[in-house]
Amino acid sequence: MTRREAADRRQGMLLLAPTAVALGALTVYPAAWVLWLSLQHRVPIFGVSRFAGLDNFAFLTIDARFWSAAHTTAVFTVASVALEVVLGVAAALAINAQRRGRAVALSFLLLAWAMPAVVAAKLFEWLYHPVAGLINVALGRHALNWLGDPGIALAAVTLADVWRTMPFVAILCYARLLAIPADLYEAAQVDGAGRLATLTRITLPLLGRILLLAVLFRTLDALRAFDIMFVLTGGGPANTTETLTVYAYRALFQTLQLGFGSALSVVVFVLVMGVAWAYLRILRTGSVAA
Amino acid sequence: MRPTPRTVADLVIVAALAAYAIPFFWQLLTSFKPEAELLRIPPLLPSHLTLAHYRVVLEQSLMPRALANSLGIATLTTVAALVVGLPGAYAVARRPVPGKRWLLLAIVASTAFPQIATVSPLYLLMRALDLRDTWTGLVLVHASFALPLTVWLLAGFIREIPIEAEEAAAVDGAGLAKTFRWVVVPLLAPGLASTALLTFLFSWNEFLFAYTFTVSEASRTIPVALALFPGVFEVPWGDIAAASMLASLPPVLIVVALQRFLVRGLVAGAVKE
Repeated sequence: MTRREAADRRQGMLLLAPTAVALGALTVYPAAWVLWLSLQHRVPIFGVSRFAGLDNFAFLTIDARFWSAAHTTAVFTVASVALEVVLGVAAALAINAQRRGRAVALSFLLLAWAMPAVVAAKLFEWLYHPVAGLINVALGRHALNWLGDPGIALAAVTLADVWRTMPFVAILCYARLLAIPADLYEAAQVDGAGRLATLTRITLPLLGRILLLAVLFRTLDALRAFDIMFVLTGGGPANTTETLTVYAYRALFQTLQLGFGSALSVVVFVLVMGVAWAYLRILRTGSVAA
Repeated sequence: MRPTPRTVADLVIVAALAAYAIPFFWQLLTSFKPEAELLRIPPLLPSHLTLAHYRVVLEQSLMPRALANSLGIATLTTVAALVVGLPGAYAVARRPVPGKRWLLLAIVASTAFPQIATVSPLYLLMRALDLRDTWTGLVLVHASFALPLTVWLLAGFIREIPIEAEEAAAVDGAGLAKTFRWVVVPLLAPGLASTALLTFLFSWNEFLFAYTFTVSEASRTIPVALALFPGVFEVPWGDIAAASMLASLPPVLIVVALQRFLVRGLVAGAVKE
């Protein structure tokens, strides 16, 4: 190694030091700590604090509320991501087909995306109002109790989340569409491909990789979803909108079971990391055309 | 002149996307509706518009304080994440650091970190350091949580700068600080803007940490104040609507005025590998 290279290395490490310290202290260290907490019985208000081994995790396997939360998380994730992909691709194709007014059209989408989740929750709480909500009025006053009826509350929460997050999928797809060279479409036209054939043979395959990435990001977000249901329904009615993260949060800060709540957090953590790892494997094997 | 089919199609698409934003516009209209007409629809449109709800929110609620907290905390978070992240990103993009592959993997992995995973230890840490209910505490957790994405985005933008510019500066005898100041930062300006916007929005919108680590109006941010918006006998829908509009003011301004930077940052975050 030359002196120049050694100096560059030293400089690089020096420049990275603040980042490493910050991430170490406020992300890695807490992540290790939460593992340790999850192995304990810790209920500060009763002065309980002792090592419990894997007791918390063993309890989870027979905890009906845990399985209910896992089920809710799965349904919420699959439904919201599927809706986002369908609507997002449709919106991207629509904007891409526009000749004028693209920036205005994009603004409406970005407006929804940029809202804080808490604001989105408040917007939908008002739309779902049993008497004066725009949705019930539009439905001809069927007076559905969207957020209070255990049969439909999860669907209501899912819709609110899709509204705010679909634009993310749409914008990524739209950016990819912009990068498709025009001569590809001209060639297809020359070959006599119709609109449908162009869509299914050229446009959608080219969206493949970016869609997979968008699905990855959206899945990770949906798996750890918290704000929207915490504010809209608080996990109710009858825990039908309680996701794993909401359950973990309530265990940690409402019933103050630091150990058990941490065990739930660890489950979310492992789940999210596992999904991220699996997706990255799929992306790296290159089975999806760029 | 008769409108062409293309123009009609363009208008239909814009109208459809405007309809998509109805939840926002409906709340905007609600925030100006007289109290007595809130629960009475139809008619959809109010008989007249009023500022009464904004007056209540600005004069009698904790929202102004929460706005100030959010502005301060989001701004400081952005500055902190950039000050720490920019040198780190530069090293990632331009310097041969040992173990770089692992470091990059750690950075990518931590962008996927669920907040719930670290909230309990961070709560204990905040309590131990006496940082609960302070701006400092929230800025620390927000900035560190945003840091991986900041580094990731900035490293990508730095790689787009032609390295010749930096080499030329080095040949002219400029040290690292000078190169940063006169070459890297000016060329990086649009990328810095995109990154700053996303970090600001993250901190402004963030709820889980803010809800957990704040106790009073000393540090409560606007999403927390909105979630806890008090109603005495019944839900004050008009006041909540006005408060929601205040909470969405910066995001709306950013979307309208700085759309280009926002989209660039969003796309870069997903695509750079």
